[in-house]
Amino acid sequence: MTETLMPYDDAIAAFDPAMGLEVHVELSTNTKMFCGCSVEFGAEPNTQTCPTCLGLPGSLPVINGKAVESAIRIGLALNCEIAEWCRMARKNYFYPDMPKNFQTSQYDEPIAFDGYLDVEVDGETYRVEIERAHMEEDTGKSLHVGGATGRIQGADYSLVDYNRAGIPLIEIVTRPILGAGEKAPAVARAYVATLRDLLLGLDVSDVRMEQGSMRCDVNLSLAPKGSDELGTRTETKNVNSLRSVERAARFEVSRQAALLQAGESILQETRHFHEDTGSTTSGREKSDADDYRYFPEPDLVPVAPSREWVAELKAALPVPLREQRAQLQADWGFTDLEMRDVVAAEAVGLIAETVAAGAPPQAARKWWVAELTRRANEDGVELTELPITPAQVAAIQALVDAGTLNDKLARQVFDGVLAGEGEPDAVVAARGLAVVSDDGALGEAIDRAIEANPDVAEKIRDGKHAAAGALIGAVMKDMKGQADAGRVRELILEKLA
Amino acid sequence: MPDITRDEVAHLANLARIDLDDAELDHLAPQLSVILESIASIADVAAADIPPTSHAIPLTNVFREDVVRPSLTAEQALSGAPASEQQRFSVPRILGDEQ
Repeated sequence: MTETLMPYDDAIAAFDPAMGLEVHVELSTNTKMFCGCSVEFGAEPNTQTCPTCLGLPGSLPVINGKAVESAIRIGLALNCEIAEWCRMARKNYFYPDMPKNFQTSQYDEPIAFDGYLDVEVDGETYRVEIERAHMEEDTGKSLHVGGATGRIQGADYSLVDYNRAGIPLIEIVTRPILGAGEKAPAVARAYVATLRDLLLGLDVSDVRMEQGSMRCDVNLSLAPKGSDELGTRTETKNVNSLRSVERAARFEVSRQAALLQAGESILQETRHFHEDTGSTTSGREKSDADDYRYFPEPDLVPVAPSREWVAELKAALPVPLREQRAQLQADWGFTDLEMRDVVAAEAVGLIAETVAAGAPPQAARKWWVAELTRRANEDGVELTELPITPAQVAAIQALVDAGTLNDKLARQVFDGVLAGEGEPDAVVAARGLAVVSDDGALGEAIDRAIEANPDVAEKIRDGKHAAAGALIGAVMKDMKGQADAGRVRELILEKLA
Repeated sequence: MPDITRDEVAHLANLARIDLDDAELDHLAPQLSVILESIASIADVAAADIPPTSHAIPLTNVFREDVVRPSLTAEQALSGAPASEQQRFSVPRILGDEQ
């Protein structure tokens, strides 16, 4: 089914988007939320279950204290209030991804509430208000058998692995994000990126979006420009990369605007995002089935974090992101504009690691922000997903600093590493990429260039050194790029002095 | 005084996936009303100084150490499953979406 879309700029000219973001984060505890089963990723199906997480009769859950601690730390880092007393609740439904027929979650008593996170887009700060962060458990993984594409529609039956069922999950819910206008999709992406960095800093989750340990639902509605009412929203589920968050929001703006413009109404429904096309398709209409009959979990006693404990956790929080970034910027000697580009490229962590591996900060910045960001965009992947490590980038820069490579050759080494040809040294050797520093070979190439360009040579002899560029270009071409341009210039000026 | 309508009972039955016909709804709705009334009489004895509670004992913060304990084997886990395949629980075709 093809949707009618309004060009994004037209849509934004006519409508104001309002967004709400729900982010689910799997905690990197050792064990599940309510039992001692391991949470390790990638185990054989149904080898990490027990009577409690399988919901067998007679089993009783006990809360993982470490998960509560992580929940409080996340709440504090998001500037939230921490509940003095709160309970878990049962969310009842019939989907078989929970063997208990309910998910243990929190309802009207979240452990953290009323916070905010400041995010930066193009040098402007947007304050995203946090409504709540609550504790719950992850669900099992279903494999749909039969049907065309392994999707739920048209499947004959499903196979469920409950290893993931019961892994501690924190759901972080924003208040409606208003007033971002055309920047709304970028603000959504920046929010998720900033949240990811914050959670990494807290060391509470792997936050691997591609592995599903961090997932985002994007709620979006449109209202006619200037109106302060909220339109009907759609909820796009499980958007699993930063890039997809932005694309899903943009797509929904264009799709909803086209419908509203045509005088149609927006259906309140969940939608699915498709990475391949960047589009969303209809999922499930909101209905009676969303009445989950929440009630307080009778098998678990309330959680009442003492104020002393909360204060202790607060005192031990890492330095806030904003201050961390200011410190890094000072350490690296980046201008505000350079740092802004680094943040926009989501490369702060990568550059920090590259610098730690020995590369000069400006070189690390140049490779990640200019060269590798371009390649990531071409491949449609996140910067962190490129098959190259900060250590390898530092190794390539070390070869440049040693004079073995120039920038042009370094780019070819990046090609090789990204193509899986091995470590930088191996790529240099296999592709024969080292700069020719043999002055004899260079001298011959220079002689050929002078012979072919007598008029240019004459100018240089007359003292017009700026003309040397043309000869340097000819020599570099002759040497297939494998020469140090600075050295070539020196030799030319010597010969024509 | 609490009262539960026939429509509300039908809605609850639907949420709980219990198939009730008209005769059963006619029969059950008044019965549920009586049960709710009986429970509501607790409110008469609860004074203002008694907070509502969901638990019998006033305990809080019962936590477990984050230490891995042995899980069941896949064979054990699947031993009670009516059907399994590829070491997974086999369930009928799912209508509707994931949560």
